[in-house]
Amino acid sequence: MKFAVVVFPGSNCDHDAYHAAKHVLGQDAELVWHKDASLHGADVVVLPGGFAHGDYLRTGAIARFSPVMAEVQKFAAAGGPVLGICNGFQVLLEAGLLPGAMLRNNGLQFRCEHVSVRVEQTDTPFTAACAHRQVLRIPIAHGEGNYYAEPDVIARLEQNHQVIFRYVTAAGEVTAAANPNGSINNIAGVCSEHRNVVGLMPHPERACELAVGSADGLVLFESVVKALSQGAFVTAR
Amino acid sequence: MRARVFVTLKPSVFDPQGTTVADALHTLGYHAVKDVRQGKYFELDIDASSPDEAKRLAGEAAGKLLANPVIESYRIEVEAS
Repeated sequence: MKFAVVVFPGSNCDHDAYHAAKHVLGQDAELVWHKDASLHGADVVVLPGGFAHGDYLRTGAIARFSPVMAEVQKFAAAGGPVLGICNGFQVLLEAGLLPGAMLRNNGLQFRCEHVSVRVEQTDTPFTAACAHRQVLRIPIAHGEGNYYAEPDVIARLEQNHQVIFRYVTAAGEVTAAANPNGSINNIAGVCSEHRNVVGLMPHPERACELAVGSADGLVLFESVVKALSQGAFVTAR
Repeated sequence: MRARVFVTLKPSVFDPQGTTVADALHTLGYHAVKDVRQGKYFELDIDASSPDEAKRLAGEAAGKLLANPVIESYRIEVEAS
């Protein structure tokens, strides 16, 4: 199984995602430069965290026009699993692969800490190995993670069970205090209508080994290996 | 020809930066300032044959890139030169 980790100028979690896939999970993985118009036959695509193009204009606004994004669009349209982490999530929003947009954190702080995130649905390629309502302790590191969409879009997301992760207390409760950035309904991550594209602000790739404080994030990568090995979300090439 | 593009958050979208700037102005004693909305301003130098064409091109640029229609709206002024 091959992971493609896209590298934009300014990506800084690309090697963390590569390490998680390649060395922790023992899967094939390749870093793919954003000007490359090929995903090199990957089965899974990861858009990593960082500050693509310096976050100029808006987070992800320039990156969505990188040549590799046309391939990511095609891969996603064919049902392939795509994971956007933090800045990668912002790129997916700007590219229209996921609904909504990010605003500046409501407290204006850049929040860099471990948070508790509840898995809301296990029918996506990146949560297939999670327990129902499992609470993950994984880090966030962002200044613009305040998820926003029009009320009708939020209603549709909730109705279609497209909210995949929520900020919660350690006990798994949705509270205002557990929300680090002001996101509507404590939303930390969402999926596409066809469920194969998932974006989240927290960083699972930075929590894949106990040596870095938490291994709770590994389950997202294990999930996609499980889903693909069971024949789900496999793209025809 | 120069087009000016003003990008602002939609009225329904909370603007934490604008709110903070308003707080700072109140601290300075400007209590007459009721609210602040922060936005972005672009000057586009456009090779166009008419102000209408310049406005159309600036509108396309704003719709595709300069503004995010999910959270922002924009206004364009063309300065004939």
